[in-house]
Amino acid sequence: MSALLPPSERIWGNHPLDKVEGTWIAIALVWCLFMFFMMPYWHVFGKQNYAGEAYRTTPAVYSAKVEKMVEAHTVRKETALDIPVVRPPAGSDVYLAGRLWSWYPALELEKDQTYRLHISSLDWQHGFSLQPINVNAQVVPGYEMVLTITPDKSGEYTIICNEFCGALHHTMMGKIYVVDR
Amino acid sequence: MSELFRTCPRSGLVFHKAAESLIKFNAVTAVVFLAVGGVLGLLVVMTRWPAVHLLSADLFYQVLTGHGIIMLLVWIIFFEMAVLYFCSSTLLRCRLATPRFAWLGYVLMLGGAAITGVAILQGGSSVMMTSYVPMPAAPHFYLGLILFAVGALIGCFVFLGTLVVAKNERTYEGSIPLVTFGALTACIIAIFTIASGAIILIPTFLWSVGYISNIDPLMYRVIWWAMGHSSQQINVAAHVSVWYAIAAIVFGARPMSERVSRGAFLLYILFLQLASAHHILVDPGVGTEWKIFNTSYAMYLAVLASMVHGLTVPGSIEVAQREKGYTNGMFEWLRKAPWGNPVFSGMFISLVGFGFLGGITGVVMGTEQINLIIHNTIYVPGHFHPTVVLGTTLAFMALCYFLVPVLFRRELFLPGLAKWQTYLFGGGTALMSLFMMGAGTLGVARRHWDMAFSGAPFSFEFGGAAYMMMGLTGIFGVISVIGGAAFVIVIVGTILLGKKIEDKSEYSTARPAVLPMAPPAPANTGTGFIAPGTFALAVVFLATFVVYYFLNWMYLSSVWPMK
Amino acid sequence: MAEPVQRNTNEQEQPVPVLQQILDNPFLLLFLGVVMPTVFYILWGVMEIVTIPMAN
Ligand code: HEM
Ligand SMILES: [Cu+2]
Repeated sequence: MSALLPPSERIWGNHPLDKVEGTWIAIALVWCLFMFFMMPYWHVFGKQNYAGEAYRTTPAVYSAKVEKMVEAHTVRKETALDIPVVRPPAGSDVYLAGRLWSWYPALELEKDQTYRLHISSLDWQHGFSLQPINVNAQVVPGYEMVLTITPDKSGEYTIICNEFCGALHHTMMGKIYVVDR
Repeated sequence: MSELFRTCPRSGLVFHKAAESLIKFNAVTAVVFLAVGGVLGLLVVMTRWPAVHLLSADLFYQVLTGHGIIMLLVWIIFFEMAVLYFCSSTLLRCRLATPRFAWLGYVLMLGGAAITGVAILQGGSSVMMTSYVPMPAAPHFYLGLILFAVGALIGCFVFLGTLVVAKNERTYEGSIPLVTFGALTACIIAIFTIASGAIILIPTFLWSVGYISNIDPLMYRVIWWAMGHSSQQINVAAHVSVWYAIAAIVFGARPMSERVSRGAFLLYILFLQLASAHHILVDPGVGTEWKIFNTSYAMYLAVLASMVHGLTVPGSIEVAQREKGYTNGMFEWLRKAPWGNPVFSGMFISLVGFGFLGGITGVVMGTEQINLIIHNTIYVPGHFHPTVVLGTTLAFMALCYFLVPVLFRRELFLPGLAKWQTYLFGGGTALMSLFMMGAGTLGVARRHWDMAFSGAPFSFEFGGAAYMMMGLTGIFGVISVIGGAAFVIVIVGTILLGKKIEDKSEYSTARPAVLPMAPPAPANTGTGFIAPGTFALAVVFLATFVVYYFLNWMYLSSVWPMK
Repeated sequence: MAEPVQRNTNEQEQPVPVLQQILDNPFLLLFLGVVMPTVFYILWGVMEIVTIPMAN
């Protein structure tokens, strides 16, 4: 029962490595290093990254930016709640707000155009979760995240909330329509 | 002051009376909380099962908060206190340092758990165990957690104190046993965990009573997870120690190499806690270098350590079995293992489940970019149930099947049920988790009452596959709960109704004999691998890992380009 | 390091390897185990957050 007893010799710190262990450690180390370098590699050569662009803000300031965009670019209203659908110019800054319990406003984007999508919360934390492609990000009040996106397939996308935010969390929903030019 | 010790004639373990009572109380309290958490788990999973959808939304979130806290904190940490006292006092044949403080720690933990429990029951604190600000909970929700943590910290210091006493009073020869060393690793991680908890929960408590006007939510997340994730690393260190202990208890296995196993624990001490960054990978602002360095435990060195333990634990069993003559082929040692002994089967399912399901998925989802397609989906609980339920909980259950009869001097109650329990619980949990992961890959959210989004202004429907997976999650979740209930029945039955073992094991004031060093290992005469079967299994593991890793990169590369 | 008391069996006269000295010292390990994550995870992380620029 020697894992329950002191090592069988006083000096064990220089025991030679067993062959099985040595081989395995070498293989595992190579794999570990590979996985490590995969991340910086993908930042350089991969297409799906979040490079960390973000700003400090406040709900009031952020909300004003959202409203300004809504006023300038609303193309129609949807649902019984008259939720504005905003079609910002290609390449522009787009402001999306998470709040209890909606994603505001709905967006209409052009396929294969690049947008700077800003996301922030006006109250509690929320979870930006874009379906069906399942892209997720944490939305934190007081911080404005900028995700530069290039929607490459047209269709109707849904934003759900996947950070618990109270009783009606499950009704928190928004839309991004990606349309062909 | 004369200390009372007894030697257990069946196991040869030497119990210090004060430590023995503390081990019993902490372990039994833990099991009681496991039972409560299990009932809550049943309610949770029956609500996430779309065809059943048991609870209302409010009640679901309340119950889920309770399930998370009771399972992850209360059950596990109470049991870990028992493990710490066992690995210090009992294994070192040493009196426990300051038993009164240990009792104070116990009372604080119990009181703290009760206070937080009341806060959750009152309904104003359904904030999930993470209690992300600025969503408020009642002040006593945080206060209870703080008291609980202080109690656990006292337990850690009692453990360290006992190591000092054992060294000064020379109760053992040479270095401390490997299992005690693993417990030391857990204790060190626990101290960092609790310190981080204090840094964030005390201000949050003050915020909730109005003394502080604002807690930065991003700061909260980073520091809260220094506690929240590190506490999982306590569990890893603790259950790996339990694996080594059980390999020794059941097979008389000795570590393949003290240097390698302890070196691997050292890597845990240095790097494991950095992985708290797993939770911050898609947070705004925190830089890429910080994310990559921390999420990878500084180049995956702690993953390397786990891969080493994953080899050396079964490897040491293989060596021990081969010495007993099970030498045919690659796997006779494994086929002829005592599969009907729940101490072994629980430990082995824990090892395999933790490695294949918990470990691989954890590393994959902890890859910075891959986290984009996994964060906060139900894949996340699908990943951590294999770690914390299969890995930690099942390993602790297996240890209980050995320790409870020894401590309470009673035969196991319903041994036939115990024999099946590990398979039922392990299999149910494994399949539940797999289906949660499947559903998460399809986008189903965690902590979410209704995957049909009833009442939302727009509509969105998950496909049939997602519903089917959540249905299967429900079915296997119920099986898992039945397996958990079987454990509680066996353990509580043993304590209350088990046949008394009439052995001569009286307490005496005589100082126990010094713990001797292990007998020397026989010289390794062969030239080949001493554990070829284990090595083959390890290669299968690596292959699974590699395939699954690249599958996820492929999946990631199919979504919208973004930077 | 002064070594006033020398024990006398053969085995004990061998120097203890550095790795073993580290592994046999719980309080050194405690120190390492607290400092590493405090520096790399917490302090560095807090620096990252406080240096996030204001939105304009
Ligand atoms: C006994 C069988 C169990 C079942 C059926 C079960 C079921 C579940 C389910 C379905 C969820 C996800 C709910 C959601 O996010 O919507 C969940 C969450 C969780 N479970 Fe379990 N579980 C069980 C045992 C355990 C055990 C033993 C532990 C810990 C040792 C545990 C810890 C957790 C934690 C920490 C969460 C996350 C809570 C949160 O998101 O705040 N569970 N459980
Ligand atoms: Cu929300």
